[in-house]
Amino acid sequence: MSANLSAILYLVSGVLFILALRGLSSPETSRQGNLFGIIGMIIAVTVTFLSVGNFTSGFIYVLIFLAIGGSIGAFIAYRIPMTAMPELVAGFHSLVGLAAVFVAISAFINPEAFNLGTPGNIKLASLIEMAIGAAIGAITFSGSVIAFLKLQGIMSGAPITFKGQHALNALILISIVVLTFYLCSSQSPSLFWILIAVSFLIGFLIIIPIGGADMPVVISMLNSYSGWAAAGIGFTLENSALIITGALVGSSGAILSYIMCKGMNRSFFNVILGGFGATDQSSSSQSKEQRPVKSGNADDAAFLMKNASSVIIVPGYGMAVAQAQHALREMVDTLKKNDIKVSYAIHPVAGRMPGHMNVLLAEANVPYDEVFELEEINNDFANADVAFVIGANDVTNPVAKTDPQSPIYGMPVLDVEKCKSVLFVKRSLSPGYAGIDNELFYRENTLMLFADAKKMTEDITKNL
Amino acid sequence: MEIDPFIFRLSIFILSIFVGYYVVWSVTPSLHTPLMSVTNAISSVIIVGAIIAALSSNDEVVFSSSSVYGFLAIVLAAVNIFGGFLVTQRMLAMYKKKKKDK
Repeated sequence: MSANLSAILYLVSGVLFILALRGLSSPETSRQGNLFGIIGMIIAVTVTFLSVGNFTSGFIYVLIFLAIGGSIGAFIAYRIPMTAMPELVAGFHSLVGLAAVFVAISAFINPEAFNLGTPGNIKLASLIEMAIGAAIGAITFSGSVIAFLKLQGIMSGAPITFKGQHALNALILISIVVLTFYLCSSQSPSLFWILIAVSFLIGFLIIIPIGGADMPVVISMLNSYSGWAAAGIGFTLENSALIITGALVGSSGAILSYIMCKGMNRSFFNVILGGFGATDQSSSSQSKEQRPVKSGNADDAAFLMKNASSVIIVPGYGMAVAQAQHALREMVDTLKKNDIKVSYAIHPVAGRMPGHMNVLLAEANVPYDEVFELEEINNDFANADVAFVIGANDVTNPVAKTDPQSPIYGMPVLDVEKCKSVLFVKRSLSPGYAGIDNELFYRENTLMLFADAKKMTEDITKNL
Repeated sequence: MEIDPFIFRLSIFILSIFVGYYVVWSVTPSLHTPLMSVTNAISSVIIVGAIIAALSSNDEVVFSSSSVYGFLAIVLAAVNIFGGFLVTQRMLAMYKKKKKDK
């Protein structure tokens, strides 16, 4: 296949990837978008086979390895529970990162295969691109592995900080630049390996100080990194499909990180430098006076809801942990049978990744036109009778609007307290991730329901 | 004077960042999780490089030091491609509208 024809076909697959993302602007077009993505991928892989044109025994092995990876991927995709989606995405990011590292290594060992020169005499531009691709790939890999371990609960979600952390990270980042510079002048393989090893290390060090509830930012950021790594390799391979995709994914992840940071009213650097919970714990311990709270049981909750005409449900990460989404839907079905209007309010950072709550609700067959974002629904709380907060905490705290001293001051929150009554399902009065007390617990119109989210929801349904 | 092909690739790159910027802002927030899984799947187009690497050695030796990395990368990227697209499809199939009779 001629180089020009394959370049055009790579461009076509790049355009199909753009359409795949475009499709996600609404659920109706999204499935078609996904199909475009698949077609784009098939085109890219086929063109690569045809342009290499090597259909010998190696080709058979490629197909075998493709089938092995493909069946593992398909198996995971069908078996994974929806609540585990953040872990899955983190895990997948690590694979992209590692694949980028492997491709870069292979290109470094055997540059002739990629038309980049000969070993020890690789074109300067290609070497820089290769080094960048490998370094970002390695950071993506080790960072995603840590994110995966934290999300999976294998590693504690608490931020791990130590003295001189930022200085060490800065030193390593500088050393990556220096290494790249010397690599380009010496073409030494050992420098290349050191560069990769150091990049693995920095990826690890960047993610360990970031706490569990900041994971939406981390996952989006790693998503972005995996894109930049792909783009770096795309420059090395002079492949437009890879360059386009890398740029798309890179900007997509960056936008998601931005949205997540804005949802917490924190700067990107504040999140990356880590230790939100760690630094603010002192302030929370001071204000720990005993204040009266009203607590109730499923019967009280059912009574309140039965007499309501509209109910807004505020789900959070706790709902995912308790796997309560199906029980919740059943409760809502019962409410609807009693002609009670029900809608769902989702805070941008609810859950452990962007859109996490929406997927869980969709899994429980909640129609997506009953689910609203913060800006769409926030004015409705004042007119609603009952707010049912299940597994959310900090995102409902009115302190964010009133107390400039609070660490979460300025964070956009759901105006739950404006409802006539608030039902708050929670295991205990313990503070949320930000380490501060939730004012809402002590309000006159709040009824605390101390129980497991799933069990409480089921009990309420029985009492309705 | 001739323009370095690198500049063309850089142009594609920069323009794609802008395309990505506008396209992603138009993605509805409720589909942000599928967005992440689908971007994950398409970034695995890096398999293109993996295939070239795997087929780089001559006919006698299929597994050379450089092609082994290619084969490993193929497995990783394939997990991602199939896993990413299928899980996205599974998620998107769950997004349903309210039934009209309600």
